[in-house]
Amino acid sequence: MPENPHVAQKEQEVAAVAVTKPKNSKISCYFFSALILLLALSCLKVSTAAVLDPDRADVLYHNYEGGGMKIDGPAILLRKKATESVALSAYYYVDMISSASVDVMSTASPYSEKRNEAQLGIEYLRDKTLMSINVRQSDESDYLSKSVSVNIAQDTFGDLTNLSLGLTFGDDQISRNGDENFAENSKHYQLRAGLNQILSANLSANLSIEAIADQGYLNNPYRTVRYIDASLPSGVGYQAEVYPNTRNSFASKLSMTYFLPYRAAVYFNYRYFTDSWDINADDVELGYRHPLAKMLTLEFKLRYYQQSQANFYNDLFPYQDAQNFLARDKELSDFNDITVGVGITYTLPAKYSFADWRSEATLQWDYIDFTYNNFRDPTAEGGIGNEPFYGFSANVVRMFFSLYF
Amino acid sequence: MNINMLKQLNSSLESNEMITFIAKKWLTLLLIIVLSNLTGCAQLNIKPWVKPYERQHLADEIMSANRHPIANMHITHVYGARESARGAEGTGGGGCGCN
Repeated sequence: MPENPHVAQKEQEVAAVAVTKPKNSKISCYFFSALILLLALSCLKVSTAAVLDPDRADVLYHNYEGGGMKIDGPAILLRKKATESVALSAYYYVDMISSASVDVMSTASPYSEKRNEAQLGIEYLRDKTLMSINVRQSDESDYLSKSVSVNIAQDTFGDLTNLSLGLTFGDDQISRNGDENFAENSKHYQLRAGLNQILSANLSANLSIEAIADQGYLNNPYRTVRYIDASLPSGVGYQAEVYPNTRNSFASKLSMTYFLPYRAAVYFNYRYFTDSWDINADDVELGYRHPLAKMLTLEFKLRYYQQSQANFYNDLFPYQDAQNFLARDKELSDFNDITVGVGITYTLPAKYSFADWRSEATLQWDYIDFTYNNFRDPTAEGGIGNEPFYGFSANVVRMFFSLYF
Repeated sequence: MNINMLKQLNSSLESNEMITFIAKKWLTLLLIIVLSNLTGCAQLNIKPWVKPYERQHLADEIMSANRHPIANMHITHVYGARESARGAEGTGGGGCGCN
């Protein structure tokens, strides 16, 4: 082992770079394979006409409660055709956050904050090609995120196939409340492709792939890791997280929807995710939509998600500065969650609708249960490193009104 | 070479890797599109097997994954803030915008 600490650090950093390269190659391989599959399927050519989606307005109230957090607020989505080939959209969303989560309670105090998000979009339809540009801004007291997305979609093969490509560039400014000298930046690049394919008169499928590359400050500036420190009365010390300043990820998702003979639909989604931090994740979802009479539609869904932990994550490090990169964010740990969701949509009778426009009221409720396999609850009894694993459940409610005009 | 210089070198290497990563994706995509057109895979002579008049079930709103776009955007945000997996959701991307 080199005696000079600088030489030792250099070796560690070079090793860190060397470790990321094979992972990127693996991600490239997944992306390449998925693209070949996508483009091979798209070789079947013939075109169809396309139309813009109808004009609509949606007003939503959302509420999330679980794990010591309560987040709620309104959202509005407006969409209007300016001409037969141009449509404009606007979206506004608010998160009112009140947090006393396990992270916060172990090392800090409960806090409240507000996040505003706004998006503006324009779509242009030319023959069978739909092009769109979307700009987005999200701001909190300590986080400003801006992004621009460009998408293009093409109907082909007698309207049985729709191909799409998209690119997003995002720029985030990160600050830390109470520390005016703290100013960090991160950039995000997203590239995605999709294939929507009608397989039969009752079955359609969608394949989506997306590569995301992040660069810059990717930490949470408030979060700390814990390590064993016998010199302290508590036996445990805390230090700031240190993340790599790049992250490359790749996701692919297959969706299928089938029309049942008695007018109901069953759908299936599977997504696979991998990244250069060694996180591998899968989620699978099964859903069912069932109309009742002409006015009601019921929806049920079941979703399971699991992920492995980042290669620099640890619940309890053996000592301070134990490795180059340090994380104890439970979102980077090994965990799984399961969601059970129900929804009901009520189409209002014409006499109650505004100006003969069709309108709907929808209520959706999701119950999500999280189980962590390597994140211990530091607020529980048991001694350092022997506390029970953490877990919590959350209730998510959405109520919204949709007007088609 | 001191630690700061090494860190800059490391950062520069990672930055170049990321740019190469994105560039490779676009070049691969362009190459496949060009090749698929040049080789004329449309000559497979496969015709659309579901006629327009056979698509009433597919056009039914209960078959639409995006009947409630505002709800889908919220669901994507809820999962994006609590799970590491991201991308390929079908909602256009944009990230969590939070920490």
